[in-house]
Amino acid sequence: MSVLELDAVVGGYGDTQILHGVSMKVDPGEIVVIIGPNGAGKSTAMKAVFGLLNLSDGKVSLDGEDITNMPPEQVVRHGVCYVPQTSNIFPSLTVEENLEMGAFVREDDFRPRLLELYEVFPPLAEKRKQAAGTLSGGQRQMVAMAKAMMLEPKILLLDEPTAGLSPKYRGEIFSIVKTVNATGTPILMVEQNAKQALKIANRGYVLVDGKNKYQGSGQDLLDDPEVAEMFLGGGAAA
Amino acid sequence: MIEFLNFYLIPGLVLGSIYALGAIGITLTFSILRFANFAHGETMLLGVYITWSLVQFSGLHPLVVLPVAAMLTVLAVLVIDRAFYKPFRTSPTIMVVIASFGMMLMVRSVVQFFWGVQLKGMTPGIQRPMVFFDSLRISPKHVTIIGATLVLMLAVHYLLSRTKIGKAMRAMSDSPELAKLTGIDTEKVIRMTWIVGGALATAAGVFLAIDTHIDTNMGFKMLLPMFAAAILGGIGRPFGAVAGGLIIGVVEEISSYPWIGTEPLLNPGYKAGVAFAIMIAMLLWRPSGLFKGKVF
Repeated sequence: MSVLELDAVVGGYGDTQILHGVSMKVDPGEIVVIIGPNGAGKSTAMKAVFGLLNLSDGKVSLDGEDITNMPPEQVVRHGVCYVPQTSNIFPSLTVEENLEMGAFVREDDFRPRLLELYEVFPPLAEKRKQAAGTLSGGQRQMVAMAKAMMLEPKILLLDEPTAGLSPKYRGEIFSIVKTVNATGTPILMVEQNAKQALKIANRGYVLVDGKNKYQGSGQDLLDDPEVAEMFLGGGAAA
Repeated sequence: MIEFLNFYLIPGLVLGSIYALGAIGITLTFSILRFANFAHGETMLLGVYITWSLVQFSGLHPLVVLPVAAMLTVLAVLVIDRAFYKPFRTSPTIMVVIASFGMMLMVRSVVQFFWGVQLKGMTPGIQRPMVFFDSLRISPKHVTIIGATLVLMLAVHYLLSRTKIGKAMRAMSDSPELAKLTGIDTEKVIRMTWIVGGALATAAGVFLAIDTHIDTNMGFKMLLPMFAAAILGGIGRPFGAVAGGLIIGVVEEISSYPWIGTEPLLNPGYKAGVAFAIMIAMLLWRPSGLFKGKVF
């Protein structure tokens, strides 16, 4: 059974329809990437999972359970963690306090999990007492991801984790995504840097105008001349 | 010099402590619930009258009944939040600001209706000041007020930096949207904000009543200096509010010291204008306050 499944989802904000029937799924252990041109509804599709927009039709299910239009604070409790593209950390809290807030809904002791994540993100262990707002862009992104991972979610949603980062940090973030995934957490990710993202992805979806356009394994999409031409900046995979 | 200490600086610190306690509630509500709470002075007023009644009833010292009075006041504030502010949680800010303005008038009227409008005293009699080094005179009530303020501030510091709910309050003040996405129980955080704000307002009001007297306009008169203190310190910075309160209290008092010649520099009748002037100046030149608060 898929961890997450969107079935012909239709919806948007207020009267503006953005998604016109989007379907996708994430299986256990996968990294799935959503790519597509600006305004295709990539981030919106992700927000649909998290209860951040009104769905007029279609269905979202998590481990087979219907979570369509469930409000975000409930979706979190069901084991979905979402890292927004911007303002995804609490800047005036220390790194450790950010992670502690990530564990807010946990009733048990979160300390062991904290130590585990410090091993996955060594730079954060070093800066645990520092205000998160003073870190570099790449390290903030680490805080945001680690904070989301505190809940040991069933699935992690990342909205353009490399947006605005230098190429050096981009590579670092992608390798962190792989590391996090290797601990067993499936990941659904929206990315502008499509080529790099597809290289680490098991599968990818190309959205255009709020609809599915192409889908396939990361490598298939990279090799597809049409996809390459339209969305990967021309030419076949480098 | 000793006259400056006895009659200007120490009263300034006492007044400043009272402003500081009130301003913590203002700054927390402003940054967590995102609105300027005009009814905060009236929370103080309600707390004072509840304390007065408990003192009349029990014959105990106001500071002894203060915890009970604070609890009752907090209860009233939570009921007000549930009934009058919660329906506006997702509305534009201006609506809840106006609602708080309405609450201000309603609470004051309720107090005037049940307790009357005549002046009252919290503690009877005049205290003899304690004398240090033959000339430094401090009244015991001033020592109590400054000491109790210190204790309360340490408690606030502990809450915000050591407890889960306190950290969640700071998180929500950073970003309410992210707090929700993170799964933080925002309603619980809001309740805690009212509890802290209401309890500190009660304490501030009772300290003011011990220092001076009780009248039904005291809350409203405190509103401007409390806002000025919160803005001076930076919105969302509780310790900024404390610094702001102390600065405004001290500046208000020493503004009437005869700095030049023998006349007061500023006629004491204009004292209240000092807080206003500081607030306007900060809003014009440094709206983020001394400690980099939020600007809305």
